[in-house]
Amino acid sequence: MQSKILIVIGREYTTRVRKKSFIILTVLMPFLIAALVALPLLLGMIKDSEAKTVAVVDSTHRYESLFKDTPPYRFVVAARMDSTFRKEGSDVQAVVVISGDLARDPSAAAIYSREEVQIDLRHTVENILNEQIRRDKLAAYQVPELDAIISDVEQDFSIQTRKWSDDGTESESSIDLAMGLGLLFTMLIYMFVMSYGSMVMQGVMEEKTNRIMEVMVSSVRPFQLMMGKIIGVMLVGLTQIAIWGVMLALIFAGVAFASGGSVADALGQAAGDPAAVVAGAAQGNPAAASSDAIVAAGTTVVQNGGLAGNLLIDIPVGEIALMFVLCFLGGYLLYASIFAACGAAVNSQEDSSQFVMPLVIVMIFALYAALGSIENTNGPLAFWTSLIPFTSPIVMMLRVPFNIPLWQEVLSLGILFATDLLFVWIGARIYRVGILMYGKKPTMRELWKWLRFS
Amino acid sequence: MFLEAHHITKRYANHTALNDVSIQVPRGKVFGLLGPNGAGKTTLIRIINRITAPDEGEVIFDGHPFCAEDVARIGYLPEERGLYRKMKVGEQAIYLARLKGLGHLEAKSRLQEWFERLDIMPWWDKKLEELSKGMQQKVQFVITVLHRPPLLIFDEPFSGFDPVNAELLKAEILKLRDEGHTIIYSTHNMASVEDVCDNIALIDHSRVVLQGPVDEVKRQFADGRCCLRAIGPREVLEQMATTLPEATLTEVLPSMNEVFLKAVGQ
Repeated sequence: MQSKILIVIGREYTTRVRKKSFIILTVLMPFLIAALVALPLLLGMIKDSEAKTVAVVDSTHRYESLFKDTPPYRFVVAARMDSTFRKEGSDVQAVVVISGDLARDPSAAAIYSREEVQIDLRHTVENILNEQIRRDKLAAYQVPELDAIISDVEQDFSIQTRKWSDDGTESESSIDLAMGLGLLFTMLIYMFVMSYGSMVMQGVMEEKTNRIMEVMVSSVRPFQLMMGKIIGVMLVGLTQIAIWGVMLALIFAGVAFASGGSVADALGQAAGDPAAVVAGAAQGNPAAASSDAIVAAGTTVVQNGGLAGNLLIDIPVGEIALMFVLCFLGGYLLYASIFAACGAAVNSQEDSSQFVMPLVIVMIFALYAALGSIENTNGPLAFWTSLIPFTSPIVMMLRVPFNIPLWQEVLSLGILFATDLLFVWIGARIYRVGILMYGKKPTMRELWKWLRFS
Repeated sequence: MFLEAHHITKRYANHTALNDVSIQVPRGKVFGLLGPNGAGKTTLIRIINRITAPDEGEVIFDGHPFCAEDVARIGYLPEERGLYRKMKVGEQAIYLARLKGLGHLEAKSRLQEWFERLDIMPWWDKKLEELSKGMQQKVQFVITVLHRPPLLIFDEPFSGFDPVNAELLKAEILKLRDEGHTIIYSTHNMASVEDVCDNIALIDHSRVVLQGPVDEVKRQFADGRCCLRAIGPREVLEQMATTLPEATLTEVLPSMNEVFLKAVGQ
């Protein structure tokens, strides 16, 4: 009897893994994600090339020199409002007209355009004028050495973050890197549970609508068939995770090899400026590091890979990987058994949406709970939703990079897997009746009856 | 008796599908389960397969009350055929055979033998959806009988077959019977019944209205009329016909079925 489950698992696994779509998707997906990240940046660059011309008509001549060209806009100073500006086909996109001292009369400026004025342009102009108006007003108080005072006041401040480890030693913590990793894995686990869960449902529905089940029922028990399918598809998911893990490791190894530095080096750069700030601070720069200092610190990091390496020690890479696999297994088992029961209960694709909808809503709620708790990964929302089984696999992945207590992880997984057992049992009972039931779509009450009497 | 059903009743929400149905299926014979559409044939078959449970009554299988393990000794060809459409024929057949307890090699050699015999070997590596309906049915027929179960249930096995292949399949079914398999053959197509069945039960409106060996059943409905067939010169026979009141002489023509067989069968 045991070997029959193995035969079913074998079929479910091999037919899916050999599919061209699986192979192509598995190989291309990492590149696709990279492309999705890169695309907005590329599009942003395209915007640069087509700078729009904005004419500035300043009858006071006090402000016109402030308008410096920014990437999307090119400012030209015009002596007066020209009627050609209004005409179709004019190079000039918009006209900024300043007719008086803005410090005294804020309504003395306006933007004219043939089309709706872009919010972006409005903000740019407002910022430029605001800055000058503020300086003018301050100047009106006649404070000596005003410029020096202002430049002293306008220092950017960013705090350094340090975390005590269990033995009390200090380490620099990298919140941004942890946040990025948490988000990435949260999205991944959502995608995995969702897509592999519905893969199970598709398979069950295929068996039902093709009436394969009537042939199989004499040789396999429905439970074996259901578990075989769930486990087979799960192995497909694990295969994909393993392939991506290897690819990721190879990519980092490649990058590290190419740059002559360590893997941590590459990651440290990926984490971006905030990591550099911390690294800069660690080098003994004062907290009031100016933006120049940040850049300098950033280059030091690149030169000195060991420093960024310290950041990585704080990110529990192995723990993240292990938790990802466990959360995937737990979450997948839970949702897949419900999906399998749904697939068995309905007769057609159209009917399935009614049963799937609540599941999707719960999963999207979990995703929002994860996003909502990103600011405070130890807050009550994060804590409770990472214990409740339906949301825990998704929210937990957000929290793991932040070094949460072990007992929370163990408790969360314990609850999750206990719930899995319950729902596999429930799913199997509904599946057993539903898979051989044809005719009209069952009501919730009938499903309850199947659960109790079958 | 290989299989007996005693007083089976099955009710659904709005109608009774089977009402006090009892049948006896003798060992090693072909048992015809006949009846118009919606009479309850398929419901009875689903009960024999343990797909659904009866509300009342019991099934005796090979001398003991029917239990879950017995379904492994049944081969069932459902009316609505079901196989994986995207899976290759050979692979699929081996998979289903292994689920029925055959080893991989054993399954493969038996399948190849059957596929050669039914002339579908060239389709071994094709996906099922590429096959015509008749081909798919042949594949499913092979899968049904492959593990040599003592009881075979065929629900409308000939629908969708051309006469040549129907004839081929009919011969295979009779061969299976001669090898000792008990066969339940469900149909509403009476033409094939005489060729294939030894016993029949006729179900109509959820009840068994007629049951017994084919010859006996036919005799029950005989009205005493005889048909005279003679071979001789036309004038002599016309002469003879005039001596009988109401006698008409009709020329014996082959049925369209026979015409088709002769034309296509060569």
